[in-house]
Amino acid sequence: MSRLRWRKFVSGFMLTMTGVCALVAVSVLFFILGYLLYHGGTSISWNFFTKLPTPVGESGGGMANAIVGSAKLLALATLIGVPIGFLGAIYLAEFSGSSVAFVVRYAADLLNGVPSIVIGIFAYAIVVLPFKHFSTLAGGVALGVMMIPITLRSTEEFLLGVPRALREAAMALGASKWKTIATVIVPAAYRGILTAVLLAFARIAGETAPLLFTAFGNEYWSPGWNQPTASLPAMIFKYAIAPYEDWHRQAWAAGLVLLGLILIINIFARAILARGIAVPRS
Amino acid sequence: MKKIAGLFVLVLGLVLALAALAQGALLINGAGASFPNPIYTKWFSEYGKQAAGVQINYQSVGSGAGIKQVTDGTVDFGASDGPMNDEQIKAFQDKHGFAILHFPTVLGAAVPIYNVEGVTVALNFSPEALAGVFLGRITKWNDPAIVSANKGVKLPASDIVVVHRSDGSGTTYIWTDYLSKVSDDWKNKVGKGSSVNWPVGLGGKGSEGVTGLVKQTPNSVSYVELIYAAQNNIAYGTVKNAAGSFVKADLAGVSAAAAGSVKDMPDDFRVSITNAPGKTAYPISSFTWLLVPEKFSDAGKRDAVKTFLKWALKDGQGYAEALSYAKLPKPVVDKELKAIDKIQ
Amino acid sequence: MATTTTTVPNAGPVSGSRSFLHRLREGDEIARIVTFLFAASVVLVTLLLVFELWQGSVLPRHKFGFAFFRTSVWDPIFDQFGALPFIYGTLVTAGVSLFLAVPLGIGAAIFLAELAPARVSDTLEFFIDLLAAVPSVIYGLLGVFIVVPLMRQYIQPGLKSVLGFLPIFSGPAYGIGFLTAGVVLAIMVIPYIISVSREVLLSVPRDQREAALALGSTRWESTWKVVVPFARGGIMGSIFLALARALGETMAVTMVIGNTPIISASLFSPGYSIAAVIANEFTEATGELYTQSLIELGLVLFLLTFVLNGLARLLIVATSQRGGGTGHA
Repeated sequence: MSRLRWRKFVSGFMLTMTGVCALVAVSVLFFILGYLLYHGGTSISWNFFTKLPTPVGESGGGMANAIVGSAKLLALATLIGVPIGFLGAIYLAEFSGSSVAFVVRYAADLLNGVPSIVIGIFAYAIVVLPFKHFSTLAGGVALGVMMIPITLRSTEEFLLGVPRALREAAMALGASKWKTIATVIVPAAYRGILTAVLLAFARIAGETAPLLFTAFGNEYWSPGWNQPTASLPAMIFKYAIAPYEDWHRQAWAAGLVLLGLILIINIFARAILARGIAVPRS
Repeated sequence: MKKIAGLFVLVLGLVLALAALAQGALLINGAGASFPNPIYTKWFSEYGKQAAGVQINYQSVGSGAGIKQVTDGTVDFGASDGPMNDEQIKAFQDKHGFAILHFPTVLGAAVPIYNVEGVTVALNFSPEALAGVFLGRITKWNDPAIVSANKGVKLPASDIVVVHRSDGSGTTYIWTDYLSKVSDDWKNKVGKGSSVNWPVGLGGKGSEGVTGLVKQTPNSVSYVELIYAAQNNIAYGTVKNAAGSFVKADLAGVSAAAAGSVKDMPDDFRVSITNAPGKTAYPISSFTWLLVPEKFSDAGKRDAVKTFLKWALKDGQGYAEALSYAKLPKPVVDKELKAIDKIQ
Repeated sequence: MATTTTTVPNAGPVSGSRSFLHRLREGDEIARIVTFLFAASVVLVTLLLVFELWQGSVLPRHKFGFAFFRTSVWDPIFDQFGALPFIYGTLVTAGVSLFLAVPLGIGAAIFLAELAPARVSDTLEFFIDLLAAVPSVIYGLLGVFIVVPLMRQYIQPGLKSVLGFLPIFSGPAYGIGFLTAGVVLAIMVIPYIISVSREVLLSVPRDQREAALALGSTRWESTWKVVVPFARGGIMGSIFLALARALGETMAVTMVIGNTPIISASLFSPGYSIAAVIANEFTEATGELYTQSLIELGLVLFLLTFVLNGLARLLIVATSQRGGGTGHA
């Protein structure tokens, strides 16, 4: 076989293999979604969205407070995690020297590797103990800290990936560094940054362990930010490992709702924020 | 960038607005044991219907967490399946300057569950058999220690797969407390606690994890709460009690175990009733306690807690049996009602 | 001719030569300071975390010292604590998960970025991102209900019959254990690898590919030898993310790993990881030494991540190409 034929064969083969990889990844995914839909879909009812949890044996309970609680926790976490990650990444990509960048990147990677329960213990030590009670605030801080590393590292990657030509063009037109960043570089890296933020968001939306010692849990509504609050992942955990069939069904339903919420936020975010400089897709 | 900034401000505004919302009812927070979680959530819900404006929020994060949180002062009361030991009581006293009080609420039990090829009946377990199996000394199902208690049952010559709880749990506390009483070897080698260094076996997370493992793994054995086995129709075996009879766990057997403890009930209610005397007593039973501080700085919370305790000891007991918990013996209830007055 | 001393405002490169006030007015200096503060806060938070962990583990550090790393006993009743089985389990499960997830993930990312039509790629990516949102508890449940029986009944016996002579595939097949935990972790981290790698591959300029093809390479060669190396930094970054997730994952692992602190060469054996033992025992840990030993385990995990990250970075530096990629560490 000539060298060329061999290379062509390898090419075809390897590209097919990548297709297989994608197929495997995607089928696992669809399987999981299907499983969730099947088990959770049957348990979603109007009650689920509007009622508070009921004790064992009583039907008709729901997770209304957990849905609201999760929304509050995630809003706070985003407020904390995204600005730090995003602006920090801008510093790394645009302003810093390589040694500072190295230290910050390393710190972010370390933070990312801390198990979520240790972050929970950390937030417990700095937010719960001083105030002597559990709170939504503590939960938001724990989740926010978890968002920082992913947002930071990924945003930085995408900022650095913006072609040099764009930067130089802006500079040639007399734009200051700040203007360049705000109006040229960030919009060019929009897609990637958004992906990163949404990935980070999705990750923390499903976290239970950090909330065990911060938001704690609440069977009732939790007004304000200073009281413990229920959250979807915590409820899923509690219900899934309980011995009651009714609770199991609610756990699957909660998993589905959580996923649905992330989906909606994904769509929403991409729709309103995804405009940017159209860097031609290769 | 403007859009991002705009969105940011919007979310920030929402966050701040929510912070301004007025506080609602009186919220009392409790944390602790998962063993009594079903009945506690039932109680708090029923009580909440009667007592307007009082919300008792209980989270079953585990006995140890309950003890820790009430000591740290981050919750108003705790709950535990095993009484606090002297070291923990002293820690609380040192930190707060007043004592922590124990109030037994209901009774429960731990039962042996198993999945043995070809066995469909309830197996009988002697204390020696249980200790030997969990110590890893008895390794096969057809070991004489097991066979002798189960005449007529064909036990295979297969290896026993031991399964235990991997998460710290009150059920483990009860189980190891019992084993420590019936086996000196166990007491010296392993000891009792909500988490121990198991000589053998796989760890399953939660009762669900353990049951799942047993169901899926042939020739396995483990332990779960009675309520869990009852609610999920899991077959469980009998255990030989101190009087020599093989007892299958049920509410009557658990109550019988508690009855034996009434005479010698200490003032602080910290007593273990495993391996209790009595012909019908089920040997692996236990009280579960609420841990209440002696002093409350908030008068509203104090009164609410006291009223709730009184309700739980009287009306609350009526809900116990439906959820497979045994009621407290009357002498214990009376003693507790008096002790409630200690709370200031 | 008299020399003038008026200063002409320097319209040269954006930093360095202009006066501080000038830069301030143009907003650059503010931008630099503000973003610096945020970047510094990341380091601050990390340092604070390490500090809290260090303070919170003072008792076992004094009592056990370095023996903590060598001992295999974990006994809460008799107050003997050693981290070795947990370190082993963490490394093994993370290793297995990356072994499975990296080739699959990069392969899938290449497919999505290079071969799939834009619509298909975007839609699939959307769903893959959704996988990242599935709560770890659900992964754990799926692991217990689906992966474990599959392992016990088909995969483990299958591996044993074909490759049973290898120590890693020996021993009884319970279904739970290192291998199962590794598989579940692989499923959990694959979305990160695919998602980020795909984005990075997409951002590789078209001319790179075209240049390679113009020189006569096959489609695969241009992808593998030109595009992927160009996107190397981002891909490595995605692997770091995946590794970090695998090292720290708690809930899903504890439901399928068997929660037994032993060290075994076999992947079928039950084991334990640092995150799993902390999750299992922290809520019930009473007694200062016990609680603090668990916190020290958290510190050990931190250290592990530190070392692994360092090694990985050395690897990049040692193998990085000149002239390609985005030129950063």
